[in-house]
Amino acid sequence: MTTIDTNTESSEMPEKDPNAVSITINGRTVEAQKGEFIIAAADRADEFIPRFCYHPRMSSVGMCRQCLVEVEGPRGPMMVVSCMTPVAEGQVVRTETPQVKRAQEGMIELLLANHPLDCPVCDKGGECPLQDQAFSHGAGESRFVEEKRHYEKPIAISELVFLDRERCILCDRCTRFADEVAGDPLISFTQRGNNTQVMTFPDEPFASYFSGNVVQICPVGALTAEPYRFKARPWDLEQRESTCTTCSVGCRTVVQSSRDELLRYQGVDSDPVNWGWLCDRGRFNFQSVNSEDRLENPQTKAGDSYATTTWSAALDTISRTIRHATPGSVAILGGARGTNEDAFMWAQLADALGVTMRDAQLDDGLPASIFSYPQATIDAACSAGTVILLAPDMKEELPVLHIRLRDAAEKKKIRIIEISARETGLTKHAWRSVRAESGTSVTAVQQLLADSAIAAQLASGPVVVVAGRANLAEDAAHTMAAVDAVLAGVQNASVLPVLRRGNVRGALSLGLAPQSGKDAVAILEASARGQVECLILLGADPMNDIADADLARRGIAGAKFVVAIDTFLTQSAAHADIVLPAAAYGEKDGTTMNLEGRVTNVVQKITPRGTSRADWMIAAELGLLLGHDANVTTLADVQKLMGKKVPGFGATTTSVAVKRDGIVVTVPTPTRTSFVAPTITPRNSYEFRVDVSRKLYDRAVGTITSPALANLATGVSITIHPLDLERVGAAIGANVRVSNAHSSIVLPVQSNEKVPRGTAVIPFNQPGADVRELIRHGDSVVDVRIESM
Amino acid sequence: MARLTEENVRLAREIIGRYPKARSATIPLLHLAQEQDGYVTNDAMAHIGELVGATSAEVYGTASFYEMFKFEPVGKYLINICGTMSCALMGAEELMHHAESRLGIHMGGTTPDGLFTLEKAECQAACTEAPCLQVNYRYRFRVTSENFDTLIDQLQAGELNSEIPAHGTVAAVRQHIPADRGVGAVAPEDVTEGPAWLDGKAAL
Ligand code: SF4
Ligand code: SF4
Ligand code: FES
Ligand code: FES
Repeated sequence: MTTIDTNTESSEMPEKDPNAVSITINGRTVEAQKGEFIIAAADRADEFIPRFCYHPRMSSVGMCRQCLVEVEGPRGPMMVVSCMTPVAEGQVVRTETPQVKRAQEGMIELLLANHPLDCPVCDKGGECPLQDQAFSHGAGESRFVEEKRHYEKPIAISELVFLDRERCILCDRCTRFADEVAGDPLISFTQRGNNTQVMTFPDEPFASYFSGNVVQICPVGALTAEPYRFKARPWDLEQRESTCTTCSVGCRTVVQSSRDELLRYQGVDSDPVNWGWLCDRGRFNFQSVNSEDRLENPQTKAGDSYATTTWSAALDTISRTIRHATPGSVAILGGARGTNEDAFMWAQLADALGVTMRDAQLDDGLPASIFSYPQATIDAACSAGTVILLAPDMKEELPVLHIRLRDAAEKKKIRIIEISARETGLTKHAWRSVRAESGTSVTAVQQLLADSAIAAQLASGPVVVVAGRANLAEDAAHTMAAVDAVLAGVQNASVLPVLRRGNVRGALSLGLAPQSGKDAVAILEASARGQVECLILLGADPMNDIADADLARRGIAGAKFVVAIDTFLTQSAAHADIVLPAAAYGEKDGTTMNLEGRVTNVVQKITPRGTSRADWMIAAELGLLLGHDANVTTLADVQKLMGKKVPGFGATTTSVAVKRDGIVVTVPTPTRTSFVAPTITPRNSYEFRVDVSRKLYDRAVGTITSPALANLATGVSITIHPLDLERVGAAIGANVRVSNAHSSIVLPVQSNEKVPRGTAVIPFNQPGADVRELIRHGDSVVDVRIESM
Repeated sequence: MARLTEENVRLAREIIGRYPKARSATIPLLHLAQEQDGYVTNDAMAHIGELVGATSAEVYGTASFYEMFKFEPVGKYLINICGTMSCALMGAEELMHHAESRLGIHMGGTTPDGLFTLEKAECQAACTEAPCLQVNYRYRFRVTSENFDTLIDQLQAGELNSEIPAHGTVAAVRQHIPADRGVGAVAPEDVTEGPAWLDGKAAL
């Protein structure tokens, strides 16, 4: 049967978005989406509505009533809060009528009834939404003559954040952030009523890893951050937008300085990455750049101490050493702390010199072949049907990625299946969380895949595996084999690698990945055997970061000549024959690549300390001395060369491309190898399997040289199940002896019922006894005995 | 400072079981804590947080909204004298003065023996019986100086123990709902249809 469609015209019209809504704001037609609030539609249309409590990344609560606007209704215009009123087809909104103006002025007047006249001494003055909007939307004077509320001026609610309750306008942004975004509701409105105030529980500080964000989003000067208090006025600050490279999430920031000193980082909203949030470590470690202890000039070892030397003398010595070294005896470790340009130029130099021993990781990540699996972005993970976590505790290692995944799970956009030896920050947001003792993740994956409910879930949508090194006392091959097992069992699954060091993906992609299996461990082994004549540490500190302490010591001691290029005299640099001062974050321009392969820019804001320079300059200059002139004099030259030589990087050479959200670059990767979980030897009398991982605050150089963060490390301890503790027979907090065939250490014991029986959790790189003494590379897993003393 | 006793933890779990969401039990558990110690201790708030899955700060935020939860020790008998309109007209002022001199403390204070705390209260909804007061939220009507003294004598002698339990006890008899008698917890988001009697009329 044939029917003739007479209405051909309408069928040719483009299909109308069923969610599109058209409204009128101040006489202009504005397209909006169903469910959107008026204030968001107005923002897009550049019609500014004043507000205090509304924040586009948090739920609307309508606390401050400042966003009142007029909406045409059946009974004439009515006043509504635009941050809580959704748009509707044909809605007529007016934001500037005399009535609206009166209402908004009234709200400002009420908010100021209790607000002190602190502006001249308030950190927020000059960038304060209350100040600004009192000026733009206030009446200019107040009818209130009553005494204002009085509270003790700022009280510390954590080591980092101060609260001045007199200034608080009770907008619920900080408390909402703590609850909704950070998941640490450690501040709450208390004494509700006339004396409502934001407060912590007595003696339980607002010790959230994300506490700095509340300072940034507080619309008044009620919350201030210890590292910035009274340091500058906003109008004295200069700023440039950049990317945080403390970890590999790559949050967007602005770097602010005054008089050539870094004073503050603020989060910038990058939609695919950080949504405006930063973690406290990334936010406050600008202090490290300003540290007194920074290296300023090249140093040469003279006996037990160092003597300052010139760059030309230092580089001359290094080039002579390299020239006279036996071919194949030069090694480069590191590169993950620098920019893409730094890594690229060092890789170029390594290529020219035929250096095969190179590794940007320190045996604390995963093999670079993790990039050969189908790759996922953060957004892809946060909108996948299922996310499988074979990863460290994201809250400790990649904090803002934790925020993103937590948000996606809370909003039911994803279901998380976690395979982990112990509880992590995401466990309570996981759909399923299985405890798999270290060394058993492959078996755990296979069991999960055999479960019909899980199989149905996996088949219901895209699957992303978040893969990283969960346990430094476990061979990385276990994780790789588990990833292989997932990919073998789940069609079209992709991988989001979560290697944590700032630019580790960039460095590995740009040529600092190990060649023919000569990774950091192999390099240090070779060095210990005396086969490394020149070891170049490119911002790497193996003495601190290699999980096998003994190997690190032997490797560094065995190298004939050590060059350290660093910002501080780290533990490893202290063994170097020559130390070159490197320009730090904020002191050099360039680009960086985050864990998903996104390339964004990092910027220079202040003059490099002393005579320090960017790593790429050092590589270029050494190349010149060694007869391998790369012909680069400026960063633009390097970027041009990089764009030409590294497929995928061509697109990053324009400054526009790497702004804000940047671009995701795919670099051809090593061929995929498959992994088999290494066998595990029986435990015998070593009844505890050790789980070693990092916490956000440890002895990382950027942390200990930032006074605000230096004391936040928890210190080392061993945590076991309470019943295990009973068996060990030690009191909580007492010292116990932890030993295995390699060594023995003494450290305090803690108990936690969330640690599975037979597992012992020890944080890495904390002040106190060094767990690395118990770890030897190549050990499949690490088992220990715990004895009370 | 005390966490909930074992017996009270058992009760707490019973109470939590009555609600679709554990957090909804916060207020009843605060009462339980106050009944146990006479006031709500920090340890108890932290314990309640653990039981209902909230942080201590959230429990404190909720608890501190309510006048009737005390965060400092109060006397065994908390005497609230109403000072609002009707009672004021009928001599509340004088009654308060008398109470202060009889007990030797100011309004808001606690006697050194820990027996009595005096507080001024707002209208207790017994205006027809003004002036009135409450001892641990048990009423006394048309209180004169004389029968205030009698009340204090009786309380001191323990004669009213059966009628007026120590501060914190809300109900003289605790209600127990056996689990099998409960209708079962229904989460609000699981309710998708109107009640049966509405019979489809809700479609309007
Ligand atoms: S402290 Fe600041 S962010 Fe928090 S409620 Fe008060 S005004 Fe809002
Ligand atoms: S999560 Fe990582 S990139 Fe983001 S602010 Fe923290 S350290 Fe910086
Ligand atoms: S911004 Fe709408 S009520 Fe505060
Ligand atoms: S005024 Fe006292 S009970 Fe109402």
